[in-house]
Amino acid sequence: MGVLGPNGCGKTTLLKLMAGVIVPATGGLTLNGVPLRQLSRRQIAQQVSIVPQETHPAFDYSVQEIVLMGRHPHLGRFAVEGPADVAVAHDAMVATGTVHLGARSYMTLSGGEKQRVIIASALAQAPNLLLLDEPTASLDLGYQLAIAALLRELNQERGVTLVLATHDLNLAASVCDSLVLLRQGRVLAQGPTVDVLTPSLVRQLYDVEADVSFHSGAGHLTVTPLRRDEATR
Amino acid sequence: MTRESSKDANGPTAHDWDHRPLRSRLMITVGGFGTLALAVAVLAPLVGSTPIDFARVFDRSIPFVDNADAQIFFLARLPRVLAAMVVGSALATSGVVLQAMFRNPLAAPETLGVSAGAALGAILAIVLGFTVTVGPFSPVPIASLAGALGAATAVYLLASAPRRPLSTAVLLLAGVTLNAFISALILFVQYLSDFTQSFRALRWMIGDLDVGNYVPILASLPLVVVAFAMAAMISAPLNLLTLGGDVAATRGVNVVRTHRLAFLTASLATSAAVSLAGPVAFIGIVVPHLVRLIVGVDNRVVLPAAALFGAAFLVGCDLVARTVMPATEIPVGIVTALVGGPFFLWLLVRKV
Repeated sequence: MGVLGPNGCGKTTLLKLMAGVIVPATGGLTLNGVPLRQLSRRQIAQQVSIVPQETHPAFDYSVQEIVLMGRHPHLGRFAVEGPADVAVAHDAMVATGTVHLGARSYMTLSGGEKQRVIIASALAQAPNLLLLDEPTASLDLGYQLAIAALLRELNQERGVTLVLATHDLNLAASVCDSLVLLRQGRVLAQGPTVDVLTPSLVRQLYDVEADVSFHSGAGHLTVTPLRRDEATR
Repeated sequence: MTRESSKDANGPTAHDWDHRPLRSRLMITVGGFGTLALAVAVLAPLVGSTPIDFARVFDRSIPFVDNADAQIFFLARLPRVLAAMVVGSALATSGVVLQAMFRNPLAAPETLGVSAGAALGAILAIVLGFTVTVGPFSPVPIASLAGALGAATAVYLLASAPRRPLSTAVLLLAGVTLNAFISALILFVQYLSDFTQSFRALRWMIGDLDVGNYVPILASLPLVVVAFAMAAMISAPLNLLTLGGDVAATRGVNVVRTHRLAFLTASLATSAAVSLAGPVAFIGIVVPHLVRLIVGVDNRVVLPAAALFGAAFLVGCDLVARTVMPATEIPVGIVTALVGGPFFLWLLVRKV
């Protein structure tokens, strides 16, 4: 599922609410029918994981250490990672193509490598629900496609439910089955991608005139922005 | 230059350790630094202005009252060495915890204002001539402990306003501000005091391990033990905190609780150390950074390593302080600052 909307519309806030990092002033969220408020941070983390826009560790951890940190909610207080945890982390690194980076310092990696390592770390958490906040925002075209392919694979082969917050319409179209459009903290529209990604809704969302068409080469809808719609401003 | 390219030139780096499982890394680290600390603890009391003989010290056939070597070892030098070990490991632990909590490699025990609070307590006790004793404990350590805990409480209350989680930003700023404020109070008290009191206060502020006997060491131990136990509890969450509070939360860390425990750990350890030996400078910065260069940055390894290496390091500094100038003992705080200052600058330059 994709969450789309302009900057500052509340995408990140929504993801943080879903992960239980912040608590809503009114209303409540449930995870498999259980209210989030009743679950400990650990219990939530065993099911829900998040990939933030960017992650800057304050100290010089290796890639392997960062990925292994994903095992934290599954370990006892004084337990250290055992062979099983290392195997899960290794799996996550295979899935994200980061095995060869294992001994490298995280700080020395490129933006795309860092993002794949953080996705591996989130996968090592073995979540049912993976929340991604602008996962491709700082990446070049090649990495954007690689991450999109990785996400589709995770969803189809591992059965991980993905919630992707982005303002990249084409990324959302290529990965998401359904979309929620947010504007100024309110839901503008929601539904299957083919129903929601229309020129009219794109105009309402971004004040931008756009052409939406099915691209047979890419295999999904593509959005081509044409001009900024001055009339509605 | 990347890690990879420096590896070939300079031999193995910390990251080569990652191929070993954590358990064995931990055992090697604790074994290695533990042996070092133990060796230093046994060897350091043998060195000093009066040469003593190792075999004679432990010779049970000579009565203790007639055995000058054993008396020097056990009564004059060992308390000082043990005090150095307690203070060194407490300050190093406090440094590691604060650096992880504030996500800032330059945080130090002095940052919280706890050291300054302890100094104010001690100086008031010296200048006003406190005579309150609790059991066998003398007035100055009691007053400095009270000052340390008082400053810690003040900073904590400032940073945890009602209905708001503990803010590390406020904690940091409140600590630094309180530090400056209390320093001004200290100068004010000193200005009003007479020459002898001023001199005693100054000596205390430099940091000195001449504790006299075993009683003050035993008094500080409960605080240090509690601090170490709490540090062990939060060592893994502290790793995740360095990725950022929100990420740590989504990896299952109770961030508020971890911050609270980290603050308590650092405050208790610093209070114990400062009330024992005064604000010995730079240990909380130098030791954690040296240890990270050797064992990597995983706090589950860094914490025990820093505690053990801190103990050995301060004993080493004190050995220099005791022996470098014949017929006089320099307060150890001068040695640690002389070693620590340039090292700290080197770290700064190296980072940029």
